Amino acid sequence: MTAVAIHAGPARRVKARRVLPGFGLAMGGTLLYLAIIVLLPLAALLLKSAEIGPEGFLRLLASPRVLASLQLTVSAAALATLFNAGYGLLMAWILVRYEFPGKRILDALIDLPFALPTAVAGIALTALYAQNGWYGQILEGEAGIKVAYTIIGVAIAMAFTSVPFVVRTVQPVLEDIQPDVEEAAATLGAYRGAIFRKVVFPAIFPAYLTGCALAFARSLGEFGAVIFIAGNLPFKTEIAALLIFIRLEEYDYPAAAALAVVLLAGAFCILLVTNAIQAWHMRYRMKG
Amino acid sequence: MKKIVSLATAALLFAAPVMAQDKAPAEILNVSYDIGRELFAQVNPVFAAEWKARTGQGIEIKQSHAGTSRQARSIMEGLQADVVTFNQFTDVQVLADKNFVAKDWQKKFPNNASPYYSLPAFLVRKGNPKNVKDWSDLVRADVKSVFPNPKTSGNARYTYLAAYAFALEQNKGDQAKAKDFVKKMLANVPVFDTGGRGSTTTFVEREIGDVLITFEAETNGIRREYGDKGFDLVTPSLSVLAEFPVAVVDRVATKRGSQQVAQAYLTFLYSEAGQDILAKNFNRVHHPKVQDRYKAQFPSLKLVTVEDVFGGWEKATKDHFAEGGILDQVFVNR
Amino acid sequence: MAADAAFHSAPAAASPSRLPLILILLGVTLTALFIVAPVVVIFTQALSKGWATYVAGILQPDTLHAVLLTVVVAIAVVPVNLVFGVGAAWLIAKFEFPGKKLLLTVIEIPFSISPIVAGVTYILLYGGQGLFGDFLVEHDIQIMFALPAIFLVTLFVTSPFVARELIPLMQAQGSEQEEAATTLGAAGWQIFWRVTLPNIRWALLYGTILCAARAIGEFGAVSVVSGNVRGETNTLPLQIELLYHDYNAVGAFAAASTLTLLALLTLAVKAWLERRIAH
Repeated sequence: MTAVAIHAGPARRVKARRVLPGFGLAMGGTLLYLAIIVLLPLAALLLKSAEIGPEGFLRLLASPRVLASLQLTVSAAALATLFNAGYGLLMAWILVRYEFPGKRILDALIDLPFALPTAVAGIALTALYAQNGWYGQILEGEAGIKVAYTIIGVAIAMAFTSVPFVVRTVQPVLEDIQPDVEEAAATLGAYRGAIFRKVVFPAIFPAYLTGCALAFARSLGEFGAVIFIAGNLPFKTEIAALLIFIRLEEYDYPAAAALAVVLLAGAFCILLVTNAIQAWHMRYRMKG
Repeated sequence: MKKIVSLATAALLFAAPVMAQDKAPAEILNVSYDIGRELFAQVNPVFAAEWKARTGQGIEIKQSHAGTSRQARSIMEGLQADVVTFNQFTDVQVLADKNFVAKDWQKKFPNNASPYYSLPAFLVRKGNPKNVKDWSDLVRADVKSVFPNPKTSGNARYTYLAAYAFALEQNKGDQAKAKDFVKKMLANVPVFDTGGRGSTTTFVEREIGDVLITFEAETNGIRREYGDKGFDLVTPSLSVLAEFPVAVVDRVATKRGSQQVAQAYLTFLYSEAGQDILAKNFNRVHHPKVQDRYKAQFPSLKLVTVEDVFGGWEKATKDHFAEGGILDQVFVNR
Repeated sequence: MAADAAFHSAPAAASPSRLPLILILLGVTLTALFIVAPVVVIFTQALSKGWATYVAGILQPDTLHAVLLTVVVAIAVVPVNLVFGVGAAWLIAKFEFPGKKLLLTVIEIPFSISPIVAGVTYILLYGGQGLFGDFLVEHDIQIMFALPAIFLVTLFVTSPFVARELIPLMQAQGSEQEEAATTLGAAGWQIFWRVTLPNIRWALLYGTILCAARAIGEFGAVSVVSGNVRGETNTLPLQIELLYHDYNAVGAFAAASTLTLLALLTLAVKAWLERRIAH
């Protein structure tokens, strides 16, 4: 990726002479496509929400139902991410470090939640966790834990659809760690737990954080898998994405747009955070 | 790149007519309420046969069902509906305000353009284990009722208004007590779905709640559909008359040249054959002969109208359903 | 808890412990309970009333139409995003220019946006009260609640998939081969076909498959803009929701089972491709 400046000049970031053809075409095509398909609709959204002004915007967001839905969405997404933080780390670890029969199938299964349409996941999870489902009968009948139509159900649906993120971000980094470092530590008599804490974990930490952030972002916006299992109780299990949908049904475009902007801003912040983590990680690697 | 996009779009547009197999020479779209699916699936072929006999022209009626507020929005956004068959006045009026249907749409067909009516009624589990008889039972701590979200469902708005009207009657018009009553009732609802059919699924398939409150027509339909599970119908002492208004969407119909057939389709709902199908599906009708035929399945009760109790839909919407209205207040304070 | 004890009591170089076995069993059990069970439920529900009902459920005219529509949308969307993905990856990987990071972020946007938000943006653009609403009504062009809207939102949602797979790979491969070809006097398209494409073909196929899978399965964004007319603008995921609310759980799960089989097929092809890419 090092650009060789052919003639001396201040412009270090711009390649002085482009060797390869196709820059103009690729640039023009990419920008045109992004403008039409991505940026134009987003501009429409921002324009619509700008119509109501900052005051109106805040008033809409301060309505109890909106606040409740945002709170629920963030809490459920946090729960889901917490689960994936544990489960994802475990799966990445055993898939990289151990050999066992059926490992390849297990590895492929991790991507199932991405491949499976969310609506399908939604009805399947509902059938599973509802009062008369396989798990629901046990959880509700035996343990008295209600899952479907509660925040737990919302979190389960979110966790399901965002499973691959943590596993897939941690896996390659874990593969890159040279086992000799660990072996050296081991021969020095270090304990397993200590090795993991002092050697392995710091190395995978940035990727791990990125994976968790991505899983969290996906959970915030998830719709299809959640609406079937949530029960959509205002103030209890109504997610922000569904409230947008409801606001549209009530012809309340400004409110729908305002909420959409909030979700958009949340996604954007997370995108920036993950980019920052990656940049930091690059520097970390350089030093290492 | 642009060329590819437009080509692909063009290809899609060309593919559309080819995709529908053996398309009838003409088709109209009936955009309707959430739980009208089975009803219009029965009405459409009978009308199509009659239309063909009369004009020699084949016709196909496409159906779209969802909460009516959402449907009205879709039409304003460009959904090409030739007719609407809704379950409440407001959502047709919205279309009239935006010039999609005639300003005087209620005068275009008999009975305020409502070929049939129904009312919120109760469906309980076999043998009525909780002994639910009337609206007053729905505020008991041990009774969980299920109905959709009044914010998105016309069906649920009737339920809410019926409960409110009942409480007013009980408390000699005391608004504060009525408010308190619906608040207690709403607090007893474990799940709010967005449309009537979602609530039915919750009550029947997921076995949640003791009472399902929905249109009488739907309660009967469920009992028929799920004969093996067993449910009982309960008619409360008082309910709100739920009109099912219909209208031709002039703006679309004129453009597509479907005015005539759209008009005929809605008129058919008033004919004896049409009314018979409606009544067979447990909707209450005005046709005297048909009324007589199905008298047995419609218990009598006190029916009040939105006009009488709430001063009309516009006022009811402003007082109860708008942002910050009574509904929001009783929801929020849970 | 035994695992914990093993964790702290022995130096790592000492005799092998039971920890790996415990971790593997835990991982397999969790995966079976959490990821595999929902798939099993889909098939048991679909077949709960026997094969005949299952087949009848799949062969319903409206469901078949939904399958057809879904396939048509995917066939229209995937090539467009394939071309876009290759172009964007070529731009990002082969050239240096200011604003590259920003461009990368813009490419990534649809991937992290809620599908509902995607649908709303299109309504606010082409809907009756949207930016172009009046213009479209005047010229009698229908985008919303018709095929073009479904096509456009699917395009939006799946736009990053091919680019995401290609960019890291092409960046890692560098441009030496292409530059060598240039000095030998090869033209742009020749370089791409002969040099670049063979190097990226598996990743390209991989990205295409992911893009297709998402295009077929998109629910949220499409449900905002479709208008759900039976047998007309219902894609398969919407048809599943519709059947589910139609007292027809078996039909819904039957339709869902076709998408599930497709998902499993996607996983199989993906696993095979990953091995090819690794070699």
